[in-house]
Amino acid sequence: MNRFAALLEALLLTPSRNGKLRLMQEYFRSQPDPERGWALAALTGELSFAEAKPNQVRTLAAERIDPELLGWSYDFVGDLAETVSLIWPAAPATPAVVPLPSLTEIVETLRCASRTEVARLLAPWLDALDASGRWALIKLVTGSLRIGVSARLAKLALAEWSGVALDRIEEVWHGLSPPYQPLFDWLESRQPAPDIGDLPTFSPLMLAQPLEDDDLTSLDPRDYLAEWKWDGIRVQLVARDGEKRLYSRSGDDIGPAFPDILAAMPERVTLDGELLVARGGEVAPFNDLQQRLNRKTADARMLRDYPAAVRLYDILREGSEDLRGLPFAERRRRLEAWHQADGPRPALDLSPLISFASWEELRQLRDAARERGIEGLMLKRADSPYVAGRPKGPWFKWKRHALTIDAVLMYAQRGHGKRSSFYSDYTFGAWAGDTLIPVGKAYSGFTDEELRLLDRWVRNNTVQRYGPVREVTPAIVLEIAFDSVHRSTRHRSGVAMRFPRIHRIRWDKPCHEADTLEALEKLLT
Amino acid sequence: MPLAAPRPETWIRATPAGLYCEPGDFHIDPSRPVPRAVITHGHGDHARPGNGEVLATPETIAIMQARYGDGAGANLQPLSYNETLTVGEVGVRLMPAGHVLGSAQVVLDYGASRVVVSGDYKRRPDPTCLPFEPVNCDLFITEATFGLPVFRHPPDDREIDKLLHSLSLFPDRCHLVGVYALGKCQRLLALLRRAGYEAPVYLHGGLLGLTALYERLGVALGPVLPATGVPREALKGRIVLAPPSAAAEPWSRRLPDPLVAQASGWMRVRQRAKASGVELPLVISDHADWDELTQTLDDVGANEVWVTHGREEALVYYATKKGYRARALALTGFEEDE
Ligand SMILES: [Zn+2]
Ligand SMILES: [Zn+2]
Repeated sequence: MNRFAALLEALLLTPSRNGKLRLMQEYFRSQPDPERGWALAALTGELSFAEAKPNQVRTLAAERIDPELLGWSYDFVGDLAETVSLIWPAAPATPAVVPLPSLTEIVETLRCASRTEVARLLAPWLDALDASGRWALIKLVTGSLRIGVSARLAKLALAEWSGVALDRIEEVWHGLSPPYQPLFDWLESRQPAPDIGDLPTFSPLMLAQPLEDDDLTSLDPRDYLAEWKWDGIRVQLVARDGEKRLYSRSGDDIGPAFPDILAAMPERVTLDGELLVARGGEVAPFNDLQQRLNRKTADARMLRDYPAAVRLYDILREGSEDLRGLPFAERRRRLEAWHQADGPRPALDLSPLISFASWEELRQLRDAARERGIEGLMLKRADSPYVAGRPKGPWFKWKRHALTIDAVLMYAQRGHGKRSSFYSDYTFGAWAGDTLIPVGKAYSGFTDEELRLLDRWVRNNTVQRYGPVREVTPAIVLEIAFDSVHRSTRHRSGVAMRFPRIHRIRWDKPCHEADTLEALEKLLT
Repeated sequence: MPLAAPRPETWIRATPAGLYCEPGDFHIDPSRPVPRAVITHGHGDHARPGNGEVLATPETIAIMQARYGDGAGANLQPLSYNETLTVGEVGVRLMPAGHVLGSAQVVLDYGASRVVVSGDYKRRPDPTCLPFEPVNCDLFITEATFGLPVFRHPPDDREIDKLLHSLSLFPDRCHLVGVYALGKCQRLLALLRRAGYEAPVYLHGGLLGLTALYERLGVALGPVLPATGVPREALKGRIVLAPPSAAAEPWSRRLPDPLVAQASGWMRVRQRAKASGVELPLVISDHADWDELTQTLDDVGANEVWVTHGREEALVYYATKKGYRARALALTGFEEDE
């Protein structure tokens, strides 16, 4: 348990992705089975203990610790798991040496424990472990690690450590269960790849390259099919042998949050599409989808207020036939035929193809498309097979021209990791009368040289400091590019931008000539 | 006929300038210039410049001179540990506090009444200074920087192992450890040496002077070099010590992919480490943790306890429950830095 606890602690505190990968690889390399398998399950969110509840920890703490001291400590620390792990006192009587529990022992015991047994088990473990171990145990039991590691990143660490491609790991992943002995046997070349049979597993997605403007000159429009790029999230719908799954683009099973989509799913087919909130066939703003994405389940009210739908792009499997090797044009015909035969399903419709004769014509269509829910265009080579990853050439995304406003730099915050000595996160505002109202934050879009200049400027023009944040004299105008802007009740300005980034620093422009909030509101979709 | 011992509150009290001893007419660690000051140790929130007469250990006086030059005080009078000096009607004795080199508790005898002012202290061994010696007294005025039961400092060796393990795991990264210039810096050096780390340690310019002073006062710390002016490449896999704020300053950009560590008792709370951008928290403290604070109350056997400098309420509550007469003493000017 100590090694696992040290891993969690280091992951929590390591800001860089590479650093996190290195820590996980070192752990997988050095730890035995099944210990590392259980750790993998914890990191990928596949571990939960139905009978363990956060308030059991609270109750245990109250039995051992003076409530006043616990209260002051909790006020100071701000997190119950951490407070209890730090404050937990030595066992009342000198105990017979309690052996340090391993992660495996803890997991295997908890999995088949009843609620009352859980409470009885926790105290001696908390006694035996040190503060880090207790913290890890409580995090594990209460099911919220929150250490900044996605399932995808944990699998990437496995791939880099073992040399087996991430896509191959993704393909078998959903056919496996903790503690993943066959997976480790395969990754360490002791056994062939696990046979996952006909399980509804995730097939890694094919992704598009961004299209640069001069790419078009070398491309023949007759080789490509075009369709809208919808402003939702890419998903994969998998139905096999009565099992149904909805996967996000990184392979996370998000089905429990979308029972409406699961209910609408057909049998024996794997589909690729865009998850949206749609009302009467009309796509709602991305913010509406965000409401659904932020939670693990959906209640009746959510289902009614934010009805989800999937707009289909592609078909990967029909019955037992794998279609991924077919050209896109052929798969598209199969998708249309299947959709026709399957009959109407309101929550599943086809993303239409767009007919065009020249790139110029397509460009005009793209620029005219101000319809809600469209992010731009997708170009797909008619002869492209469906391959995992982001190959260069077969698929392009051609985003609508970004919108821009001139905003005023208001606050700057220090970055993380390599940027921790730089003020690199910028909050900018627009004018409402003679007051500036913050309208967004940007972290990117500038060169290293510009970052150095901005950093120096921020340090020399600070009017107020709040921890890592500095308020600066309103003087610098930033030209902000963004994809779209929506109404938002969570922001004081009443609007929220999608993908804002710094397009240019307008050192030349006086700040009173920056844009108004009203000007930004005119761009609302 | 023996006199009844005077009640402490009749002869020592908190004033806007700090703790004041009336029959001796001096302040202890005053927060503003006073005619006569007894200084417990050289940290900036205890030893301030501009006092008239200053009484402190020879080491503390040397530290104040290094920091303030002529501003250290009009007349500096060294008093070695365990020697008694009578000031006015009060006997003053300085006893080791185990906090930093030269740090002292102040033992005050007036009539039959004895007060001990702990200053900042810790109980665990520190290779750079003498250990705390409990002195029996009637009133114990204690610091409480880490006066919450969540603060239990682990053994130093384990924290040093963490640092050395990280160096082996990330050999291309410079390990930038935030430390206070007085005490923590030198203690870390001494602990590294004790753990067998023999390579030169690189120091931020702000740490060089006091480190050299420790060496002059007889504390061996092994090879140290200035971090400034060293080629970037040469700092890969090296330990660099700097004030905690340096990681966020442009100064740190000279370092190759720095891994930010910090040696402080506050690092016990992970969320606090994370919020301050620390990747590798090292729980190494020059202050007593909760167990040391509560143990010390029992060791000095005082009936009465005044708590200052930190989180008073929890320690006052605890002491009261244990049967001491306890109260919080509102003194201003102390920082929670360590
Ligand atoms: Zn101090
Ligand atoms: Zn202090």
